[in-house]
Amino acid sequence: MIDGSTLYFFVTVFVLTIFLGFSVISKVPTTLHTPLMSATNAIHGVVLAGAIVVTAGIFGEDQPSWWMTMFAILAVALGTINVVGGFAVTERMLQMFRKRGGPTR
Amino acid sequence: MTAGALQTLAFRCAELTAIVLFILGLVFLSSPATARLGNRLAAVGMIIALIAFLSLTQGVGWWAIAIGMVVGGMVGLISALRVKMTAMPQMVALFNGAGGAAALYISTIEYYSGQAPYPSLLIVSLVLSAIIGALSAGGSLIAFLKLQEVMSGRPITYKGQQIVNGVVALGIVALAIWTISTHGDVPAAAIDALLVGAFVLGVLFVLPIGGADMPVVISLLNSFTGVAVAITGFELGHELLIVAGTLVGASGTLLTILMGRAMNRPLTNVLFGAFGAAAGSETTAATGGPQNIRSASVDDVAVLLAYARNVMVVPGYGMAVAQAQHSVKALADQLEARGVSVKYAIHPVAGRMPGHMNVLLAEANVPYPALLDMDDVNPEFPTTDVALVIGANDVTNPAARNVRSSPIYGMPILDVDKAHNVIVLKRSMRSGFAGIENPLYELPNCSMLFGDAKASVDALTAAVKAQ
Repeated sequence: MIDGSTLYFFVTVFVLTIFLGFSVISKVPTTLHTPLMSATNAIHGVVLAGAIVVTAGIFGEDQPSWWMTMFAILAVALGTINVVGGFAVTERMLQMFRKRGGPTR
Repeated sequence: MTAGALQTLAFRCAELTAIVLFILGLVFLSSPATARLGNRLAAVGMIIALIAFLSLTQGVGWWAIAIGMVVGGMVGLISALRVKMTAMPQMVALFNGAGGAAALYISTIEYYSGQAPYPSLLIVSLVLSAIIGALSAGGSLIAFLKLQEVMSGRPITYKGQQIVNGVVALGIVALAIWTISTHGDVPAAAIDALLVGAFVLGVLFVLPIGGADMPVVISLLNSFTGVAVAITGFELGHELLIVAGTLVGASGTLLTILMGRAMNRPLTNVLFGAFGAAAGSETTAATGGPQNIRSASVDDVAVLLAYARNVMVVPGYGMAVAQAQHSVKALADQLEARGVSVKYAIHPVAGRMPGHMNVLLAEANVPYPALLDMDDVNPEFPTTDVALVIGANDVTNPAARNVRSSPIYGMPILDVDKAHNVIVLKRSMRSGFAGIENPLYELPNCSMLFGDAKASVDALTAAVKAQ
């Protein structure tokens, strides 16, 4: 379990990341705000890592109940949708941003 | 060093590498030229993180993880490849909801696979991530249904709405305090009520918010999901989730602030104001509807455009609805071939999410240097020959500048009325989303071209060609 000094470390990381996040994101130009949102969708898809740990956790003990198994599979699936969908749709959007215009399709 | 210590070290290195790549990915998003590299760096970081976490499980529960990843991967990939650019707001709303729901499920499993009394940190983070995740999931669901137009985009209000929402919110707070103070030693029904209640509150709080306020709502839900994931990191004891979730939370919060500023409205007013419903009736009654509207023919407008020196296109949600972005680019090509300079003026809240118009125009091959922000473009309107307003309304309303009684007074707008000529492409004389009359349409330098935006632009292109 997490002890006091680890908690202190986590809170420090959390607070520093808030400052880092604001300063990095404030440099993203308005023209890229939609790709920024879909990219952050992909990044919060890291919840998938949590879903993997939790799923392994419930199978590590006894046989989990059917609804726990369902919830675990759902959490993994939703996290994967975020990761795969988020990165793929961002890539698709960013491909379209060009410095010089091409002909209309 | 033992094998176990080596394994831990490798895991830590992978986690740190992923964190660095996520941050670099966002840093590279600061310019369209490097943005793709940024997205790929973040994706590589994610792959490294997932391999590390998968190896941590040592294959336990592999089939459940595999089913989830294969199904989720297919759904995610297919929807990412198929979604139309005009539907990006819905897509992002769904992604926000998916992340929130995942955090909710994780916390639910954590609670039911443990035994009270839970350690303080675990129960606090578990309850908070479940509540915020459920709020985000419920709110995103309604945002999606509204944007997809399964539900009306108009605000849904009823008498006593604020009281109902307040009671639900208080109930959730009470249940949360009870659960935390007893270290989770509460009946299962209380936990279930807490989780379902938070989801319902998410639904209730987005119901009264109208379509034009969606840029704010989507940004806010984005930040909620980020925060839920960060707290899940505290719950599970993994700093990777804390950092990634917090970065997303900061991004969503910053966008929420920017969108609120672009509407000159505090967040509380967006969330609790039910703007469109209240404002419309007063102003319409006061002015008795618009007068002296000039309607122009396609040929008139085509001549004006063809012989202009410069044209400023002002796109809005109407362009997205009519899927007119490719037609607009074709018209611009035709004009540029005649030596007319064409640029685009983008209001921060044009469309249904931050940057919505930029993505649509990029899809139509408009080069991004031609897309101008509000602050850069406003000084250019006095020297603009023709401002071509396509499906934008409230963001061009001069009442925001000079009518103190107007509900949108003080909102920064695009000063299209200062252009020599203003052409407004509009479906009908119905007022904009907020239900506010637009005095722009009565100005002597403004003419209306009625009809579907795409059909009108196509007709203009043909008429300019014939000039």
